[in-house]
Amino acid sequence: MIRLEDVGYVYPGGVEALRGVSLTIGERSSLAIMGRSGAGKTTLIKHLNGLLKPTSGRVTVDGVDTRKATVAKLSRKVGIVFQNPDHQLFAETVEDEVAFPLKNFGFPQDEIKARTEWVLELFNLTRYRKHSPLTLSGGEKKRVAMASIVSWKPKYLVLDEPTLGQDRENKLRLRELFEEFMEEGRTIIMVTHDVEFAAECGFDVALLVDGKVSALGSAREILSNVELLKKASLAAPQMAELFLELEGVEAQPVFTVEEAERLILSRLMSGSGRP
Amino acid sequence: MKTEMAAIEIRNLTYKYQNAEAPVLQNLNLTIEKGEFALVSGPSGCGKTTLCRCLNGLIPHFYGGELEGEIFVDGLNVRETPPAKLASHVGLIFQNPENQLFSFNVERDVAFGLENLGVPPEEIRRRVDWSLELVGISDLKDRAPWELSGGQQQKAAIACVLAMQPSIIVFDEPTSFLDPLTARGIFDVIAKLRRKLDLTVVVVEHRLEALAAHASRLILMDHGKIILNGEPRKILAEAAERLSLKVGIPSVILLHRRLSKLGILEGLTPLTTSEMAAQLRGVLNRD
Repeated sequence: MIRLEDVGYVYPGGVEALRGVSLTIGERSSLAIMGRSGAGKTTLIKHLNGLLKPTSGRVTVDGVDTRKATVAKLSRKVGIVFQNPDHQLFAETVEDEVAFPLKNFGFPQDEIKARTEWVLELFNLTRYRKHSPLTLSGGEKKRVAMASIVSWKPKYLVLDEPTLGQDRENKLRLRELFEEFMEEGRTIIMVTHDVEFAAECGFDVALLVDGKVSALGSAREILSNVELLKKASLAAPQMAELFLELEGVEAQPVFTVEEAERLILSRLMSGSGRP
Repeated sequence: MKTEMAAIEIRNLTYKYQNAEAPVLQNLNLTIEKGEFALVSGPSGCGKTTLCRCLNGLIPHFYGGELEGEIFVDGLNVRETPPAKLASHVGLIFQNPENQLFSFNVERDVAFGLENLGVPPEEIRRRVDWSLELVGISDLKDRAPWELSGGQQQKAAIACVLAMQPSIIVFDEPTSFLDPLTARGIFDVIAKLRRKLDLTVVVVEHRLEALAAHASRLILMDHGKIILNGEPRKILAEAAERLSLKVGIPSVILLHRRLSKLGILEGLTPLTTSEMAAQLRGVLNRD
């Protein structure tokens, strides 16, 4: 379990990025941290592996205060994929990039090989294995960055904007991976602006506004609340927006195309079609 | 040498990165007229970013590699024109704003390109204020880029390019780092600028729902080739049929397609929720 207790963080320049964040992230759970640019989302996740230590309050990972453990130690449990892959990638080839943390954590040789193959395939990167990560497109670099963290299967997988530059097929693969990880008892935490993806993954949502958690609940609850979303500079998923436009704030929360189709068909059947 | 021609004209372009086994762009042909708003999409790795790099001369001048065919941008032959000269004709916004910002404060970053072009100080001041205002970050002009969030950084990068007032701006997934409402604001600004300044705009994006209604043309790529190219409504209807794994088809279009197949809707493919709502109202209110 990761616990944030009244966490405040002030950058050395004086910018107050977090102002009393309290969150409990349990095992086998999934949490999307959402909010406008500058709300403190990235600052918050940097606290999860001790990269940043709170200026006030406290963060514990499985009971260990992040102030009392090294980042190297915490990283084995909490793997963070940052928003910008250029901050993370450095190896000569995609394959070396992915294998590096595994070597670092002392995995046996055959295990390194097997896991490298697995993530390269999972993230659609096998054909680039001998390429330099720097020649890849933004979306591909992002997948290399994710592959190199997913490979060691951290107990807490933290991803900053995982769907950045990803097509539909890669998003579906990501979703399957999340489900597999959660079944294995792992926890997924993602920072995202991708409301459609958060809604279809069914994550819990913590809405961050000005360095504070302004709302916490299911994706369904949070992502259909127009007032809340506006405060966080988010738009509802397109299906939810459609029904808001048709039926106003009383609209039932609808997130997927399938749900929308069912609802429209049932309205037509019952003849109570009046919006 | 500058001749009167389309804003962007690409003929038989094939490009291979240095040391790569296979070309990433293959015999690509594309003409974009002045004043167009072209939206480019396609699966990750299809060559979208490489195409953008060809438009401002990063390819071949920086990346090297093997380039065949011709690229004309604003009448200039990209292969023969130094990038410094191209910069005042075509601006490129990258996926990652950190690759674009380097100064100690935002105002200096935005002024940098203009100083290099020898623009008079008064004009620099005016254009810096103007572009910061347009992207909505006037209040951040004294801040250091590294103090900004990803979204604020991207706005600063956009301001840098706007200030140069090029006739063509190429955006490579410009909203990746922005929250959805801010992203919409940026797209509205781009659309407005294009009309007001007669700009030609090329935007690479995966999220089509926010942009399809703005675009005059949608270009879909796969494996280094253009596979569909035309009016957004028509292209999206076609892509929804056979490319929904490769292209993020907006959900209103997927819903429209389902309901059309059931014979419930018969209107045009909708590009926005409002268009879809109007069609649904027609059906739901019918007795």
